[in-house]
Amino acid sequence: MTASPTSAQFVLNAHQAFEDEQLQKALHLTREGFVANRAAAAARLPEFEALRDSARDIKAHTLGLLDLYLEAYEKKVIEAGGTVHWARTGEEANSIIIEICKRHGAKTVTKGKSMVAEETGLNDALAAQGISPVETDLGEYLIQLRHEMPSHIIAPAVHLTRDQIEADFRRNHADLPPERDLTEPTALLAEARGVLREKFLAADVGITGANFLVAETGTSIIVTNEGNGDLTQILPPVHIVLTSIEKVVPTLEDVSQILRVLARSATGQDISVYTTFSTGPRRPGDPDGPEEYHVVLLDNGRSSMLGTDFADMLRCIRCGACLNHCPVYQAVGGHAYGWVYPGPMGAVLTPSLIGIDKSAPLPNASTFCGACESVCPVRIPLPKLMRHWRERQTERGLAPQAQRWGLGLWGFFARRPDLYRLATRIAMPLLAWLGRSEGRFSRLPLANGWTATRDFPAPQGDTFQAQWRKRTKTAAAHGDGE
Amino acid sequence: MSARAEIFANVRHALAVSGNEAPRRRSVEDRLRHAPQGVIPARGQGDAAARLALFRDEAERVSADVTELESAQQIPAAIATFLHDRNLPARLRCGSDPYLAALSWEATGLHVEKGRADPSDLVCVSHAFAGVAETGTLVLTSGGDNPTTLNFLPDTHIVVLNAADIVGDYEAAWQKLRMVYGKGLMPRTVNFITGPSRSADIGHSLLLGAHGPRTLHILVVNEGA
Amino acid sequence: MTPSPDGKPRVALFVTCLVDLFRPSIGFAALKLLEDAGCEVFVPSQTCCGQPAYNSGDRALAKALARQAIDAFSAYDYVVAPSGSCAAMLAKHYPGLFADNPNLAGRANQFAGKVHELASFLTDVLGIEAVAARFDRRVTFHDSCSGLRELGVAAQPRKLLASVDGLELVEMEECETCCGFGGTFAVKFGEISTAIVERKVENIENCGAPVVLAGDLGCLMNMAGKLARNGSPIELRHFAEVLAGMTDAPAICAAAAPQTKR
Repeated sequence: MTASPTSAQFVLNAHQAFEDEQLQKALHLTREGFVANRAAAAARLPEFEALRDSARDIKAHTLGLLDLYLEAYEKKVIEAGGTVHWARTGEEANSIIIEICKRHGAKTVTKGKSMVAEETGLNDALAAQGISPVETDLGEYLIQLRHEMPSHIIAPAVHLTRDQIEADFRRNHADLPPERDLTEPTALLAEARGVLREKFLAADVGITGANFLVAETGTSIIVTNEGNGDLTQILPPVHIVLTSIEKVVPTLEDVSQILRVLARSATGQDISVYTTFSTGPRRPGDPDGPEEYHVVLLDNGRSSMLGTDFADMLRCIRCGACLNHCPVYQAVGGHAYGWVYPGPMGAVLTPSLIGIDKSAPLPNASTFCGACESVCPVRIPLPKLMRHWRERQTERGLAPQAQRWGLGLWGFFARRPDLYRLATRIAMPLLAWLGRSEGRFSRLPLANGWTATRDFPAPQGDTFQAQWRKRTKTAAAHGDGE
Repeated sequence: MSARAEIFANVRHALAVSGNEAPRRRSVEDRLRHAPQGVIPARGQGDAAARLALFRDEAERVSADVTELESAQQIPAAIATFLHDRNLPARLRCGSDPYLAALSWEATGLHVEKGRADPSDLVCVSHAFAGVAETGTLVLTSGGDNPTTLNFLPDTHIVVLNAADIVGDYEAAWQKLRMVYGKGLMPRTVNFITGPSRSADIGHSLLLGAHGPRTLHILVVNEGA
Repeated sequence: MTPSPDGKPRVALFVTCLVDLFRPSIGFAALKLLEDAGCEVFVPSQTCCGQPAYNSGDRALAKALARQAIDAFSAYDYVVAPSGSCAAMLAKHYPGLFADNPNLAGRANQFAGKVHELASFLTDVLGIEAVAARFDRRVTFHDSCSGLRELGVAAQPRKLLASVDGLELVEMEECETCCGFGGTFAVKFGEISTAIVERKVENIENCGAPVVLAGDLGCLMNMAGKLARNGSPIELRHFAEVLAGMTDAPAICAAAAPQTKR
């Protein structure tokens, strides 16, 4: 369920995340697995680093020629009997989908996992028209039951514990006998599978996202482990692909390169269980598959990222590695980021899509440790892009006042080395004297963010430069200096 | 301005596309025509025996069962034994694949139904278009011979794969597909399947059979062996 | 500037503002290591590399400080900093600040090529294999992010530490994971920074070493501040102090009162 963004109150959201014991428990359980699994998968493939370069280059090449590859892709979809729809905004995309659903008298639609659908708020839009959307990815289904947003782009329910899931099933599944034992995760899975199987068979329209679009063939590709996306798109008479314009790549060879880094980066699998290439509707003689095939291509601000500092972000293949390796994400989880895309990729993408004024803290909420960039399969320089957002904030006077004053004061001295030495020669011994008994301060004015939980070390005394000058003067006086 | 026109105008404006775009068009046409290969993992580049061995290892690594047969004629009996051992009813569903249709199923007592999968089908049998050694991946194509529903609706999916159809890498599978369907043309659906369906969404434990098959049984027919 | 009479490499020490102000003993340890390695060491007048401004989005101030540092340090053969983070700022980020100005870009690139992190300079550039020092303690090593990921500093300090008599290195879990410092991040996002450093502290405590070494004073202050608040006796030092055999100064956050050695 898409709510209005709360990214602007990131600090408060993060605080709530720390208060949420269940969430902290879940984050703790998962944080090491993703990291270890990716490392093992990368180590098993000697060509992994070269493939990252290849994936980066393919996406960069395509984005530089995006208009032409989109034209080529569209032509092939039409040749295969499909329809391509273009949407400037999320609202336009939703209207197109609603119109198709209404034309078919759709009452329920099944949905494969789609971050773009989260971005457009499709579920709410469908529900408002009396069409019930059913999320079929297990994780998405679990959070749909809770009316939440995904907390992770590939593991949307990673924040939920087994107990919460059982409670949600008991609350929502009318036919579930109270005496049924759901202690084992396999029992919960069987329950979900049974409920969702009915939904698959009853659906009038199936909506999936797309991990990639192939210009050479007019093909849309989904990557799943469950097979839910496939049941979504082969059972109902209509298949709608909702995706965004930057997903196109030139050829099947190109997508093969990227597939080799996608799952390894995401879950540590060599490849996901199901990689499905769909081209147009059912062919003459086909006993199954949809009779109609629609692709809705969303822009929603992406075209304006081209040619800017943020164009690199359009290479993103949504693997989630930057989330999994981010110490901030690991601490607060995805909901704190307040919108669809969390973690480092969200900290760059969200301001581009909803505006920096509505997401000001996100690009600042990073230690710049660089773990994200070091694992990104398409080598997006995420810290650099977050820094660019900070620069834009400074240019527009959006940086917090305390930060501007602090930096201004620091800059005033730092740009005047003589004054800096004079001031620090006086200040540091004084501070050292104040902290001499403990060697540290437990409170400091203006630094409560630090000293609320940590001590701050007292300086040793004279600054290095003061001592050095004293030393070289003494040496000179003794005649053995320069 | 239509949404399409506006999006294209924005893209072209952002990319600073000016009058002469012939070099850009050439670049796109070249790439689409020649489909240059990128980095191909060395591990799939062995001979047929090495590809078969690697395919088997990789498929088993992702929890698929792999059985090797010396001839296609052994397929019905192998399936009958498999179903019997698993305590499954002696009935299955498959498409009109001529390779499967040519087998003598009657002797095994298996009840074979044809056509797309029905939700009540427990076991479906498909004939793979190819196998990819580098990750133990099956490549299946849609159509009357092997309907796509067979791959996803049953609890047990049995896939027949000719050892001669095992290629080293995904790129080789695409080459093979282009030979059959033509350059730039695809069947409605191509499924890459690597192991049985799974999910880790519940309680952070990996469970098989999330929506698709819980069991993926691969029969590799190696008539050259 | 007088040329070195005996062909010694002329090294300018970029002491970093945190070391200058809070812990000069690290600067003197770096000085000793460089001199012992046969360098002639200079300390040009200096303030800050500009990283806080750069990372806060104040590019103009960062540029001003970068020009100042380039002017002050360009005359030497090498520029060495006892900090991966400041060295990465000088070596990896200065050139980008002047990318739009061909005259300055050339100077910034030339300057950047001379900059090295201390342990990397000693081993990769000077080929030092061992130091003459003794430290009879078990230690663990935290890899600071910028040095590790931007400059590839990981093996170099460990190699030198391995040559210290009596020192035993015990690796902690997740030694390459951020400590949560992040400069102004530690204050602006104090609660998150705290959560991250708590996890670091857990890993430190689990490894059982009574001493933590690292190559960046910022990270050390953060980890020491948390451990001190927890009442932990674990000591934190810059690795240069240990390599130089200069461990008389109280550990970071420790009182100046006489120390009981364990």
